[in-house]
Amino acid sequence: MTAEPAIRVEGLVKRFGTVEAVAGLDLDVPAGRIVALLGPNGAGKTTTIAMLLGLLEPTAGRIRVLGRPMPEARFEVLPRLNFSSPYVDLPLRLTVRQNLLVYADLYGLADPTGRIAELARTLELEPLLDRPTGKLSAGQKTRLHLAKALINDPDLLLLDEPTASLDPDSADRLRTHLSRWQRARGATILLASHNMGEVERLADLVLLMKAGRLVDRGTPRELLARYGRRTLEEVFLDVARDRRAADAA
Amino acid sequence: MSPTSPLALSARRIRAIFRRHAYLLLASWPRLLELVYWPAVQMLLWGYLTLFLQEQSGLVARAGGLFLSAVLLWDTLFRGQLGVAICFLEEMYARHLGHLFVSPLRPWELVVAIFAISLMRVLIGVGGAALLAVPIFAFSLPHALGWALLPFFAILLAFGWAIGLVIVGLVLRLGLAAENLAWGAIFLLQPISGVYYPVEVLPEPLEAIAWCLPSAAVFEGMRAVLIEGRFDTGLLGQALATLALWLAIGAASFSALFRAARRRGLLLQVGE
Repeated sequence: MTAEPAIRVEGLVKRFGTVEAVAGLDLDVPAGRIVALLGPNGAGKTTTIAMLLGLLEPTAGRIRVLGRPMPEARFEVLPRLNFSSPYVDLPLRLTVRQNLLVYADLYGLADPTGRIAELARTLELEPLLDRPTGKLSAGQKTRLHLAKALINDPDLLLLDEPTASLDPDSADRLRTHLSRWQRARGATILLASHNMGEVERLADLVLLMKAGRLVDRGTPRELLARYGRRTLEEVFLDVARDRRAADAA
Repeated sequence: MSPTSPLALSARRIRAIFRRHAYLLLASWPRLLELVYWPAVQMLLWGYLTLFLQEQSGLVARAGGLFLSAVLLWDTLFRGQLGVAICFLEEMYARHLGHLFVSPLRPWELVVAIFAISLMRVLIGVGGAALLAVPIFAFSLPHALGWALLPFFAILLAFGWAIGLVIVGLVLRLGLAAENLAWGAIFLLQPISGVYYPVEVLPEPLEAIAWCLPSAAVFEGMRAVLIEGRFDTGLLGQALATLALWLAIGAASFSALFRAARRRGLLLQVGE
């Protein structure tokens, strides 16, 4: 028997007036894997993630997240997921500790102090706990956002550009932490990224979107073989420029 | 109550939002000062005007607390509405709504938390100005109005919340372009609420509109207490009935505009 995917999307459509941002999307995100959602700007990735999170109502189609229909069952699902995006911030005037305490309460944690101490230790936030969030560097802020995203130890983590604006060293540490956490927890991560090196390193499965549709899927190795390319960046360019796998090869 | 019961979890989520705004407010003395500053300035202005008019007018001489009570009660309505709108605007300025709406926080819990913060802001601001009035003008609001202060305060605060909900819904739907509504919309109601004069001085069509506002009934009731020394239960009933209507309008507007914002994908796009 196959386990139900962490995310199942069928015939998903989102129209804004005459613009079709998502145009009949079908996709499965298997549970317990790191899955990358790739596509050129305007492919519909952020719109899709917003619908998965229940922040945006679909025009048509069905979404199941962690086995429950979204957005109808969003309050059963939301305690079990979390997300991070460079387009959404945490209050800058609150300290790191205060922000994490607020989210510990929002997720109803049994031991907020213990959980915050644990996250601060593993994400190297201990010396920063009483610093205002607005005074953190980009790398420190990204670690705080990740701490917030992990505070409820989610079954499903949606990450939009998790290492955007990080230097290579900080980005590498963050990927290492994410990868360790995912393996230890057995959680599902859906990752939207334009960093192909990051995707090659982290993702078990890659979903390629273009013009609101899924145009290809496979493991990084499968995609490289199918397109006859050496890097995912070259595969990405083939997809973005409408070169088919057979033509590219 | 079990700490994992739905009610206990709701209470924690409400506390989380209250905490978030309390941290912000209590860590910043300019924000605290601003809360007391305008109510105190208004109180001083009307207090000195009262001292002058007491020598000119028999009515003001008889009911010395008329203007001071009016300005403090009006500020309860204004600050109540502003407290709701500002809390929401703070989340928009901080580009924080996306995180909140992806957490298990229900919209109604957010609203209850914001009402609690609004109450705290009113108690600090209007309470501070009312305390200052005691040594400066030998005027005590609780002493002047007696127990009638409680329903007057509660009705005006709740009316401010109802208007605040409509404004918050509009800001969600229209974006920060509508933020000026938070500061100015309520002043449209001031002339027809009979804050400093009886509603009967208004032209007939405006008087009819005035009686649809709980604030008009409260300020008429306040004058009945201060001038005639009686508590008008008819006015209280009218205030409660119109308040119920306004609360229903506020809740329905917020709910409809929130749904529209979700349909159009505005919850992730808010910010400066």
